[in-house]
Amino acid sequence: MTNFKSYLAPATLDEAVDQLNQGNVTVLAGGSDLMLRVGAGNYDPSHTLMNILKISELRNITFTESEVQIGALTTITEIMEDPELTIKMPLLGQAADQFASMQIRNVGTIGGNICNASPAGDMLVPLLLLDAAVELARQSDDGVASRRVAIKDFFMGPGKTQRQSNELLTRVSIPISNKGFRARFYKFGTRPALDISTVSIGIGGIFNNGYLQAPRVAFGAVAPVPFMALKTMKAIEQSPLDSERIKEIAEIARDEIKPIDDVRATAWYRKQLVHNLTIKVLSDVTDA
Amino acid sequence: MSLTHEIKFTLNGSPVSLTIPLTMSVLTMLRDLLNLTGTKYGCGEGECGACTILIDGVSVNACLKFAVDCDGRTLTTVEGLVADSRNDPLRTAFAEKGGVQCGFCTPGMVMQARHILDNYPRANESQIKRGIEGNLCRCTGYKKIIETIASVGELDNKG
Repeated sequence: MTNFKSYLAPATLDEAVDQLNQGNVTVLAGGSDLMLRVGAGNYDPSHTLMNILKISELRNITFTESEVQIGALTTITEIMEDPELTIKMPLLGQAADQFASMQIRNVGTIGGNICNASPAGDMLVPLLLLDAAVELARQSDDGVASRRVAIKDFFMGPGKTQRQSNELLTRVSIPISNKGFRARFYKFGTRPALDISTVSIGIGGIFNNGYLQAPRVAFGAVAPVPFMALKTMKAIEQSPLDSERIKEIAEIARDEIKPIDDVRATAWYRKQLVHNLTIKVLSDVTDA
Repeated sequence: MSLTHEIKFTLNGSPVSLTIPLTMSVLTMLRDLLNLTGTKYGCGEGECGACTILIDGVSVNACLKFAVDCDGRTLTTVEGLVADSRNDPLRTAFAEKGGVQCGFCTPGMVMQARHILDNYPRANESQIKRGIEGNLCRCTGYKKIIETIASVGELDNKG
C-alpha cells in the first residue's frame, strides 16, 4: 500500500509555515476532496501529510469596519449559519445552502474549496462577485509574512492557483458591500443536492433608476477557472435594463463564455444555460 | 519513514488507541480494524450517506474523513447510538413507523436524523428533507423516513 511519507498536525500557524517551507507537503483540512484523490491514487507519496485542523486561529469569522474576514478552516455550515454574515452577505449563505450535502458542509472548509480551484467550486462565484481576496502566509525572517491576492487573479486553471508551495491560505477577506448592493447566485445541476454545477452564475450591483450600477457578473463551470464576465458587466452598465435589453445582455453573456463538452453537459447546452440563466438572474436582481 | 500513525480517540464512549495507515478513511478503520460493521460502505465518495457517523457531535461521511484526524476526537457510530437509551425514541420510531425497508441506508439515516434533531429539535418536514439530502434510500421513497424523523422531533411531541 502506498502512503504519505509522514504525518504532522501542527497547532500553530508558525509551525505550519515552517513545515511548508521545507517542501513536499500536502495540506489536509476537511479532507473531503483529498480523500477522493487519495482513493484514486492521485497524490504524492513523497509528501508529508500536514493536517491543519488543529490550528484554531484559522477557524473564525470576524468583522471590521470595511470587511469580513473568514478563517480558512471555517466550514461551509458555519458560513451558512453565522447570523451576522447572513445579514451582511446573504449571497454567501445562499451559495452555501446549495453546497453538496449537510454531511459535506459540516467538514468542507472555505479554504479548501478555494485551494482545490475546481472550475465548478460552489463558493468561488460568490467570492468573485463580492471582490474577495485571499491571504497567503509564509515563513519569513521575522516570523510569518503574508500577502494578499485578489480572488479574481488567484485561479490559474483547474486545480491550479497562485498559492506557492511554501504558502498557506489563512483567510479570505471580503469588503462590506456598498449600501443598496444586492446580488443573486444560481447553481444549475440535475438535482439540488450533491451535484457538481453544470453552470453557476452570480450577478450583483446597485439597482437605481433602471440602471444596475457597478455591476458584477461571475460564472462558474463554463471555463477552466471561475471568472468575472467583463464584457457582460460593461454591457449591463451602459444602458437602463428593461426586458429587451436583458435579452441582449444574455446574448453577450452566452458569447463571452468558452465552455467545454463533458460528462455533465455539452458546450452548446452550457451556452444556452448561461443565456437563459442570465435573463433569470438579471431579472431577479433588477426586480425591485 | 513513518507510514502509520498512532491515534487515540473516544469511540462510543470508550477510549481507543490504534495504529493506522496515513491514507486510511474512518470508514475503513471502523469496519476493517474495529469490526464495527453497522456503518455501511455505499459509494465511497460522499454521495450516499450510508457511512454517516458523528464526529464531535457533527454528522460526517466516514468514507471522506482521514482516520488520522480522529486523534483526540469523539466518534459515535450507530452501535454507540443505539446503546444509549436516550436514543430509544429514534430507534423505535424507525421500526414502528416503517422507516426501514432493506435496511442498508438505515444506519446512516439514523445518524443523520440524530444530527438534524440535535440542531433543529423542532425540525419541520422541509428541514428534514433538506437534512437528509445527503442520504440515499433506494427502497422507500423517503416518505416514511421523513415521517419517522418528524415523529421524534419536538413538533410532534407538542402536537
